[in-house]
Amino acid sequence: MKNHKHKSIHGLPQQGSGLANRFGYIGLLMAAFALMLLGKADVVVMERVRAHVIDGVAPILDVLSRPVASFDRVVEEAAAIGQLREENARIKIENQHLLEWQSAARKLAAENSQLKSLLNFAPGAEPGFVTGRVIADTGGAFVHSILVNAGKREGVTKGQAVITGEGLVGRVHGVGSRSVRVLLITDLNSRIPVVIEATRTRAVLAGDNTERPRLIHLPPGAALNPGDRIVTSGHGGSFPPGIPVGVITQLSDGIVPVKPYVPRDRLEYVRIVDYGLQGILDATSAAEGAGISK
Amino acid sequence: MKSLFWQRVDLVVRSLTPFFLTLVLVVLGQVPLHVPGLAEVAPILPLMAVYHWAIYRPDLLPASAVFFAGLIQDALSGMPFGVNAAVFVTVHMVVLSQQIFFQGKSFLIIWLGFSMVAAGAVSMIWVLNAMVFASVSSVQAAFIQYLVTVGVFPLLALMLVRWQRTVLAQI
Repeated sequence: MKNHKHKSIHGLPQQGSGLANRFGYIGLLMAAFALMLLGKADVVVMERVRAHVIDGVAPILDVLSRPVASFDRVVEEAAAIGQLREENARIKIENQHLLEWQSAARKLAAENSQLKSLLNFAPGAEPGFVTGRVIADTGGAFVHSILVNAGKREGVTKGQAVITGEGLVGRVHGVGSRSVRVLLITDLNSRIPVVIEATRTRAVLAGDNTERPRLIHLPPGAALNPGDRIVTSGHGGSFPPGIPVGVITQLSDGIVPVKPYVPRDRLEYVRIVDYGLQGILDATSAAEGAGISK
Repeated sequence: MKSLFWQRVDLVVRSLTPFFLTLVLVVLGQVPLHVPGLAEVAPILPLMAVYHWAIYRPDLLPASAVFFAGLIQDALSGMPFGVNAAVFVTVHMVVLSQQIFFQGKSFLIIWLGFSMVAAGAVSMIWVLNAMVFASVSSVQAAFIQYLVTVGVFPLLALMLVRWQRTVLAQI
């Protein structure tokens, strides 16, 4: 440490004149604030710049995130070996439960298809999807988003839902040619229209940059219980109804925190789903709709 | 003649490493580590590099380079453009204005200095984000991120000091 201190004293560079320096700083700070204002004024341009930068860094992140993921898997597997016996017992019990559910589901599926044929029900289009690997988790307390290595090339567009087998992850926020930025449901700017599955009470799931987003805009006197399942409502036209989102954890003076089904730290592969719904929000189709109603 | 040329190239490349390392930290900060609970409070790695080089070698990481690194951090992290740029430049400015104070101080003082600078930086990020997004972020998460950032600092500072003593020794 001593040696190093010495060096730094000798290495102390002569800074330019104080005035020029101060102007330099003021200029840079003004540029930064101008960019912030510009970002508010012209979102499209700034998001395009961001997408280009992310596209440029994506290949590096792609490579960097691989060894981390495989190392994690090794650690996880080593840890799992120690718990094989308990795991096995747990899985046996779970399998029994699942078999019961399977028979129930089969019965319901048969009944459902019968009822559908009775009603002449027109099924919606099968959603298409793109699977991508999570190449970056833009960690921090201020923005909750991930980068995925799929983009315009694969047909991803802004607003599409991002899911895993467990439930909703977030929605596509910025699209580059080979990478997308996904805004997680826990982000401060995330607002997802949801319903409480059992009671069909509508609400909006609002992120606040913590692990537990909250339910807001609940109707007065809504019946809420810890453990209630939250699913997307499909209102607003960006997501289809029924994607699992999370469960209500506990209620504390007016705040209804929800525990998302998808743990952020386990995100490795995600599906970006095209439900063909974003057309509803499209300006041109909205104009056409208005034209028809005239 | 030839060896002189390569010596110059060597010198230039070495003197670019502080900037390059700062960019590497910007990118490394984005790699998903799959550690439960860490992503929400991940340390702000480039902030440490900005602080370190501003104390020891501001000639190799000037304010304009810090500004650029901040912009890349903004682009990757999804924060509004300009937030990290403004914060990094401010940190650079504050540290440089206190350079006389920092010279020759023990690591504990440097760490203490970082804990204060980081407090200011995280508060500034919080305020700027709140202004641009027009809604406030969790104070608790920001505070924990601050603690993690301060906690990780010695580890990274150690590496940067080593780098400075070996790669940058002759510059």
